[in-house]
Amino acid sequence: MATPGVASASPVHTTPKLKTSGMYFYYGAFQALHDISLEVETQRITALIGPSGCGKSTFLRTLNRISDTVKNARWEGQILLDNQDIRELDVTNLRRRVGMVFQRPNPFPKSIFDNIAYGPRVNGVKGNLSEIVEKSLRRAALWDEVKDKLQKSAYALSGGQQQRLCIARALAVDPEVLLLDEPCSALDPIATAKIEDLLISIKDQCTIVIVTHNMQQAARVADTTGFFLLGKLIEFAKTDIIFKNPEKKQTEDYITGRFG
Amino acid sequence: MMDSRTRRRYAINNFMLGLTGLCTLFTVSILFLILGYLVYNGGKSLDWDFFTKLPLSPGENGGGMANAIVGSMKMIFVATAIGVPVGFLGGVYLSEFGGRTFPYLIRYMADLLNGVPSIVIGIFAWTVVVVPMRHFSAWAGGFALALMLIPITVRSTEQFLRAVPNSLREGALALGASKWETVASVVVPASLSGVLTGIILGVARIAGETAPLLFTALNNQFWSNGLNEPTASLPVMIFTHAIAPYDDWHRQAWAAGLVLITMVLLSNIAARFILARGTTRR
Repeated sequence: MATPGVASASPVHTTPKLKTSGMYFYYGAFQALHDISLEVETQRITALIGPSGCGKSTFLRTLNRISDTVKNARWEGQILLDNQDIRELDVTNLRRRVGMVFQRPNPFPKSIFDNIAYGPRVNGVKGNLSEIVEKSLRRAALWDEVKDKLQKSAYALSGGQQQRLCIARALAVDPEVLLLDEPCSALDPIATAKIEDLLISIKDQCTIVIVTHNMQQAARVADTTGFFLLGKLIEFAKTDIIFKNPEKKQTEDYITGRFG
Repeated sequence: MMDSRTRRRYAINNFMLGLTGLCTLFTVSILFLILGYLVYNGGKSLDWDFFTKLPLSPGENGGGMANAIVGSMKMIFVATAIGVPVGFLGGVYLSEFGGRTFPYLIRYMADLLNGVPSIVIGIFAWTVVVVPMRHFSAWAGGFALALMLIPITVRSTEQFLRAVPNSLREGALALGASKWETVASVVVPASLSGVLTGIILGVARIAGETAPLLFTALNNQFWSNGLNEPTASLPVMIFTHAIAPYDDWHRQAWAAGLVLITMVLLSNIAARFILARGTTRR
């Protein structure tokens, strides 16, 4: 079982999965992000931390271009997925490869089965849907709890189960990257622990980027951590370094709780 | 023990409670009066002949309005076939694809169209359909009703689609669905019971419209073949029978009124049932 913060025995990939250079983001006249440049390592968990309103969610939502759906939002700079500019990729294909789990669980008003099967169906994935659904639910550690009620409405599940359902739904299209925007903020500690364990268990199949306002969570699961403040990336390094030996004073102030 | 100020406050409180209650009672009682009148007068006039026979010449007693029932159905069918798709897709556009100014204008125009007097719609349909065709027809009547159905459907569809939370749209887009796929497979199904309710209520509303049919479908004492002839309809029949000097025709008008309002009431109940089922089945 992979341990967070410690280099894995698996081969280190030299091309970063995601790379941003000189990225700026604007909501109308308001500048939300200033010159963000970072690299997300393949098959690792990268956490983005920072106080409310620092731009970490805005940054995350640009990685799969879901920010494009907001009127008046625009960004400059370059974002590369496997060295391809994401502006040049077909956006629905990009979003299939880079999945997203949102802050509040958002299952569709359909059955559990149809929720998971939605992604494969819409992307024309060939294969046995029942098998795909089962595999995704197993990866999300939800199969045992729902295997007897796949036809029931997704709304019958608890909050923690719905969020794991959303993770399973995102995994059903076999994404290369999974973006999670504060996925546990609406959940209790037990549900949170289940999700953290699940992320660690799938990171060798999938690169993970997680935004969290919970520093302990970042320390528990992430290999690399980035600290955002007022739209700027202050520091980006191995989790151990950020939390034990940060370079910048602002980072140290944040993690010791002097603000935020 | 209450002082005089508190006593006065309680007195005003009770007075307003009584006054508002009385007004509500008055409003509701009007509905019951209308229903009661129709049930009483129409009930004693209603018989099987009403549903199966044609109207007889003035002066003769008996007969029915079978042709008007069928005629109304024909024209409602034409109106629904034209009005529902156009109204539904228009509502989808306004809710899902619009920018800033264009949808605002469309919405404004739909509301204006809603407010156009129904007789003016009838004149418009007469100019556009009856004159080129050189005769009255169910096509023209259905067309006029469709013109009234479209703005109602556009606005109610838009309203129910907008009520679907954005988080569902984002969830679908994040899985690689295109805009249209998101709308068709997530947004519309999520709001289906509301959209259907809006359509049913709209159709029930146009079923009782009289003015647009006066110079488009005209009227017909006999059966009409297909959709290309002047066609009888319940509202127009009520109009012609109620103002005639024959008692038997008055009786028929009451019966027709009862049938019409029963259709409207049943549609309303069905609509509410569908809406309630849709929202609790989450």
